[in-house]
Amino acid sequence: MIWLILLPLLWASLAFISGEGRGKWLAIGGLSGQTWLAFDLAQTVGAGGVAVEHLVGGWGAPLGIDLAADGLSAAMLVLTQCVALPLAVYAGAYYKRGEVAGAYFWPLAGFLIAGLNALFLSADLFNIYVTLELVGLAAVGLVAAGGGAQQVAAALRYLFATLLGSGLYLLGVALVYGGYGTVSISVLTPLVTSEAPRLMWIAGGLMLIGLMLKTALWPFHFWLPPAHGGAPAPVSALLSALVVKASFYLVLRLWIGPFAPLVAAAEWLAWGPAVLGTLAILWGSWQAIRAERLKMLIAYSTVAQLGYLFLIFPLLTGADAVQAGVMQAFAHGFAKAGLFVAAGVFIKATGQDTVAGLAGTVDRLPITLFAFGLSGMTLMGLPPSSGFLAKWLLIETALDRGYWWLVLVVLAGGLLAAVYVFRVLRQAFLQAPANTSLAAVPRTLEWTAFVLAAVSVLLGLRGVELMQLVGVMR
Amino acid sequence: MKRFVVGLGALAFAALLIGALLEPLMANTPGGVDLRVAVAAHMTASGVDHPVTAVLLNFRGYDTLLEIAVLLLALIVILAIGIDPECDRPRAANPVLQAMARLAAPLMVVVAVYLLWAGAFRPGGAFQAGAVLAAAAVLLHLTGLLPSWQLPGLKLRWGLTAGFLIFLAVAAALIPQGALLQYPPAQAGKLILLIEAGLTVSLGLILAGLFLFLSRDPGDDA
Amino acid sequence: MSSGLLFACVGAILFAMGVAGVVLIAHLLRRILAFNVMGSGAFLILVGLAQRYDFSDPVPQAMVLTGIVVAVAATALALALVRRLHALTGKLELPTDGT
Repeated sequence: MIWLILLPLLWASLAFISGEGRGKWLAIGGLSGQTWLAFDLAQTVGAGGVAVEHLVGGWGAPLGIDLAADGLSAAMLVLTQCVALPLAVYAGAYYKRGEVAGAYFWPLAGFLIAGLNALFLSADLFNIYVTLELVGLAAVGLVAAGGGAQQVAAALRYLFATLLGSGLYLLGVALVYGGYGTVSISVLTPLVTSEAPRLMWIAGGLMLIGLMLKTALWPFHFWLPPAHGGAPAPVSALLSALVVKASFYLVLRLWIGPFAPLVAAAEWLAWGPAVLGTLAILWGSWQAIRAERLKMLIAYSTVAQLGYLFLIFPLLTGADAVQAGVMQAFAHGFAKAGLFVAAGVFIKATGQDTVAGLAGTVDRLPITLFAFGLSGMTLMGLPPSSGFLAKWLLIETALDRGYWWLVLVVLAGGLLAAVYVFRVLRQAFLQAPANTSLAAVPRTLEWTAFVLAAVSVLLGLRGVELMQLVGVMR
Repeated sequence: MKRFVVGLGALAFAALLIGALLEPLMANTPGGVDLRVAVAAHMTASGVDHPVTAVLLNFRGYDTLLEIAVLLLALIVILAIGIDPECDRPRAANPVLQAMARLAAPLMVVVAVYLLWAGAFRPGGAFQAGAVLAAAAVLLHLTGLLPSWQLPGLKLRWGLTAGFLIFLAVAAALIPQGALLQYPPAQAGKLILLIEAGLTVSLGLILAGLFLFLSRDPGDDA
Repeated sequence: MSSGLLFACVGAILFAMGVAGVVLIAHLLRRILAFNVMGSGAFLILVGLAQRYDFSDPVPQAMVLTGIVVAVAATALALALVRRLHALTGKLELPTDGT
C-alpha cells in the first residue's frame, strides 16, 4: 500500500524533469499500476476483515507515523485511482502540443494524486495536515496553470479559502497535541472521553469549520464555482470528483474516530452539517438551474451534490450511514467527472461555454450526449444507477431513525437535478442555427466521457461489494 | 459593518481560546502521552545526536518527505503560472555592493556546508543550509552579478528535483528493512547525511528559484 | 503562568488577528501577510502549549519547522499568483463580481 503514495510522487517528479511529451505516458503507466494496487488493497482489506497497517520508519505511534487502510480508506483509494486513470487518458488527448497548461498538468496532477492517496492512508493528524496542503496547493496550481486573468483570480480565491481551511485545521492539531501529547489517531481515540477539556471542543470546532470550508459546504462554497467552472475540463473533473471528497472523508474520519465521544455528548451538533447540507442542495440546484454557462451549471451542481454527503451526520449511529455517504461519494465522483469531461468535448466542438450554444450537438456528438445523459441519470438518482442506490440507502437509514424531512430533502434534490439536467439535454436536441459548424473532436475524448458515465450507472449493480468493504472499520 | 462583526468574532474567539488554554490539561501528566521520553529513549538508534533532527529525518521523516514535495510543487506551480520571457532589466550595478557580494558569496557557501554538517548534533541541517545557499544566489542577483532565470533546462530541472528523488529513493530502498524509511541503526547516520546533502543542494536551488524565476515578471514596479 | 503558556496566549491573539485579516483585507499583499500572521500564531500555540511546564519537547519543534516550510511554499505560490494577476489586470485586489 505504501507504493500508492510513492508511485505518483515518482512519476510526478519524472514528468517534471522529462518535460512535455513523456508526462502523459508516465502518468498513464503509473496510474495503471496504482489502480491495480488499490484493487489489491481493497481485496486484502475486504477479505481479511481487518485494517492493514504500515508503521513508517518501524517506530509505530505515537513516536512515528502510522499508515492504516480500513474499508473506508480502501474505498476512497479505489475511487481516486479509477477516476484519475480515465481522466489521464482524456487529458492526454485534450491538451494541444505546446500548451503551457498541458505541459504542467502531469507533474501537478501527480502530486495531487499522491497527496490524496497519502491523506486517505494517514493515521496521524499532523501528517494529514501536510497532505492537505499538498492536495490544496496542487489543486490551486492546476486551476491557475497557463490561465488568463479570470483563472488566476479564481485560483487566488481558491488559494485563500484552502489556506484558511488548513490553517484552522492546523490550530486544531496544535490544541490536540497540547491537550493529549500525541497526534496519532489510534493513540488519541481511547484517551478522549466526553469529559474532555474545553480545548478539545475548540479543536474539534476549528477542524470541522476548516474542513467544511475546504469541502465547499454552503455557505463556504463561494470559491468553488469560479475555480471549478473556470479551469480546463480535465482539471475541473479531478477537482470536483476527488479533491472536495478528501476533506469530506476527513470530517467523517474524525467524527466517527477521536471526536466521537464529544459528538455523542452533544447530539444536536450533528444537525449543523445536515442543515447546511440541505441548504447546499436547494441553493446549489437553484443556481445550476439558472446558470448561463455549461461548466458553471455543473460546478453549482457539485455544490448541491456535496450537500447530500453532509446529510448523513445525524444518522451516524450505525455503519449504514457511512455506507450511504461512500456510495454518494462514488456516484457523484464518477458522474461529475463524466459531466465535466463531456462538457469539455462540447466546448471544444462548439467553441463556446454556454448552455445555449449546445443546440444541434445531438447529431454530431451522440456518444458525448449519451454520456451526459447517463451521468445526469446518476445525479437524479434514477435506478439502476449508483446515485439511485446512494439515495435509497440514505432514505432507508433516515426512515429507520424516523427523520422524515431528510427524505423530503433527498427527493426534492433529485427533482431539482432533473430540471437542470433536462435543461441541457433539451437544448442539445434543438435544431442548430443554420450557420453553426462544429469542430472535429478526437474520439478518445468522447469515449472516456462515456466510460466514466457508464461506470457511474453500472456501479449500482456492484454496490453490495462496496458496502461490505466499507463495513471494515479501523 | 462586516469589519465590526468579524473583529468582534475574532476577539471573542481569542478570549475563548485563551480561557481554554489556561485550564489544566492531560499532556505531560500521568494520563497523557509524553513523547519526550520516547524520543530520548530512541536517540541512540536514530543515527544523529540532535533531537529535532532525529524527529525531522528519522522518527517523523515521512512528514519531511511530503514537505519537500510541497516545496517542489510550489516551484512547479510558479513555472506553470507562466513567467514573462522578455522582461529582464539589468539591476543598477554598484561597484561597492558587487565587491562585497563577491566576498560574501563564497563565505555563505562555507557557512552552508557547516550548517549541514552541524545539523547532526546542534541546531542546523539541510533547510538552514539550503536557505543560506539561496540567500547567496539572491544577493548575487540583487547586486547585478547573477541574471534572473529563464525557463529551466534539463540540467536545472534535475538539480531542482534531485534532493527529493534521493530522499524518495532512500526511503523506498529501506522498505525491505520492514517499512518505509526504516533505517538500520548502524547506517542511519550516513543515510541521513546523504539525504541532507542532496536536500541542501536542491532546496538551495528551489528557494533561489522561487525568487529568481519570479523576478522576471514585469510586475516589478508594484 | 509559565513562559510557554504566555507564548501560547500571544499565539491565540495572533491567530485571531490573522484570520480577521485574511477575511477582511482586500489588498492581496496584505492579505498574504495576514495569512502569515495566522500561521505564526498556530506555530506559537503548538510550541508554547507543549512546553507549558518549561520542558522543551523536540516533536512540536520539528512539526513547526515542517509547517514553516509549507507556509513558505504557500506564500511563494500566493505571491506568484498576485504578481501574475497584477501583470494581467494591473490591480492588486480581486475583482468583486465573484467570477
